[in-house]
Amino acid sequence: MNSKSIRNLFTAPMLVSFLVFGTMPFWIDAIGLYQYLGLEVMIWVIFALAVNLLLGYTGLPSFGHGAFLGIGAYAFGLTQFNIAANLWVSLFGAVAATAVLGGLVAAFISHRRGIYFALMTIACAQIFFFIASKWTDVTGGEDGLLNIQRLPLDLGLAEISIKSNFNLYYLCFAAYVIIVVGMWRLVNSPFGKIITAIKQNDSRVAFLGYNVWLYKWIIFTLSCAISGLAGALFAMAQEGAYINIMSLQWSGIVILIVLIGGGFISFWGPVLGVIFYFLARDILGAYTEAWLLWFGLIFMLMVMFKPEGLAGIWQDAQLMFGRRKEAPQACPEPNHAGGD
Amino acid sequence: MALFEARHLHKRFADQVVLEDITLSFEENQISGIMGPNGAGKTTCFNVLTGRYRPDRGTVFFDGKDITGLPPRKIARHGIARSFQMMNLFDEYTALENIVLALPEVSARGFSMTHNLAHDVDAQDRGAAVLARIGLGGREHTPASDLSYGQRRALEIGIALAAEPRMLFLDEPTSGLGTDATATLATLIQEIRKSVTIVIIEHDMKFLFDLADRIAVIHWGQVIAQGTPETLRENEWVRTSNLGALA
Ligand SMILES: Nc1ncnc2c1ncn2[C@@H]1O[C@H](COP(=O)(O)OP(=O)(O)O)[C@@H](O)[C@H]1O
Ligand SMILES: [Mg+2]
Repeated sequence: MNSKSIRNLFTAPMLVSFLVFGTMPFWIDAIGLYQYLGLEVMIWVIFALAVNLLLGYTGLPSFGHGAFLGIGAYAFGLTQFNIAANLWVSLFGAVAATAVLGGLVAAFISHRRGIYFALMTIACAQIFFFIASKWTDVTGGEDGLLNIQRLPLDLGLAEISIKSNFNLYYLCFAAYVIIVVGMWRLVNSPFGKIITAIKQNDSRVAFLGYNVWLYKWIIFTLSCAISGLAGALFAMAQEGAYINIMSLQWSGIVILIVLIGGGFISFWGPVLGVIFYFLARDILGAYTEAWLLWFGLIFMLMVMFKPEGLAGIWQDAQLMFGRRKEAPQACPEPNHAGGD
Repeated sequence: MALFEARHLHKRFADQVVLEDITLSFEENQISGIMGPNGAGKTTCFNVLTGRYRPDRGTVFFDGKDITGLPPRKIARHGIARSFQMMNLFDEYTALENIVLALPEVSARGFSMTHNLAHDVDAQDRGAAVLARIGLGGREHTPASDLSYGQRRALEIGIALAAEPRMLFLDEPTSGLGTDATATLATLIQEIRKSVTIVIIEHDMKFLFDLADRIAVIHWGQVIAQGTPETLRENEWVRTSNLGALA
């Protein structure tokens, strides 16, 4: 691989995020936080990025996405209990199950947009929640699916235990690296440009000959599959799969996270949002039980004064300090000859 | 048979009949014009011809193929492009991005998820060439929302052109343009007519009479007259409507 194609693969903010997250277990205790928090952040970052593929990039409000986090968690547990107690097989089971169910939901809702789309996602999420809570033989109902194992990571040559939060963190980090690199390529590819065109003006996209329905179906299914992966990691982190993550409350919180972070204007919005949310939970939460109320208040202030979220504040700050705004969409200079 | 033929089209919204037995044909490599008062049903006619609405009755043929009632994307895939009376751009995208998405080589591999479109030198060059053609050279990286009204009108047409269609429908392309911009647009249309069959809805009669080979007048959802500009000058409706500019 030559240096140009490497440069196309990675960006500066991406490398910064790898540096920060890649070293986090070594300094997180020193700043008064704890290893499990890092794990939660990493998993929710993956989930929030998946949600933002829909919300920020395609303009599709999925208000029931927690269902797919939950389905991934259950499917991971069920695969390791019933099919094979192998990490790869179980991860595959989680991703495949969410992709199939997500694809099914997508088939029913991809002709919708806006508020109708949002309502349909809520309805579907409620159906999954209902099934998970009643089908106790399979899901454990209100008790959840207990004793999900952190199965050893089999790398062929070596087998690594991920029983410690430290080691499991690095598995999540590896997933994060792959997903961020892949997603960055995706959103800058023709496919990515088309889904964002759909967000702006879906009817014009159709008049250009694109199959809008199919693009929506694909991106929804893909987003569900990634959420399923996050769910599987969450099941290992929690060593169980619990119904509460499928509730609408969690689906709502991930939307808040993405919006506070600034998912509409930046690829990194969801990452900032997740960090902000978990810091708020732990710091505000140390002072008051009602921290979510304060968090909600922050959200309202954000919507009123800086709807572009944390990423928007960051961009403003960069402009203020006179640095050129990082423009991920910009084309490289030498490319536009503009022949007449 | 003409390249494009619509026969006996009917379209109603609720109990309002908007198109009543419209029959039109557009010859290959000609410029056809459609005129008529506001609310006559001209835009609705385009919407039926390009797939936004399915006609209640009637048929639409393009190049001998029945395309009646096909969705917009399928009609577009036949090589039919259109611009809109109400502007219909991708406002968050730059002028260049607006164009690039419409290029045939990009729409042909729209499902590619890995190669970076901004690094696709061919597509960027072809997009820049389209921009230069519509007078937006140098505006490649301006967001569509920051362009002036006239530039947005030009981009609206550029998106349709970029698809390299065989057949191009333009809905009131001069709407809101000044004299200079209208003249530039006329020059552009004269130039592209060599490679594409064009249908223009237009209220600027001078513009239309100068460009069109044939013109149809639609009134109350019906074709009340059609013919060459010369014959239409004698038409009663055309004469009684505002024709001071035509002299
Ligand atoms: N989607 C629609 N629903 C209901 N009525 C419509 C719709 N589109 C157009 N009309 C009506 O059809 C008539 C013709 O409109 P239009 O085709 O836009 O006229 P023109 O382009 O000739 O000015 C108008 O009375 C308009 O209100
Ligand atoms: Mg009109």
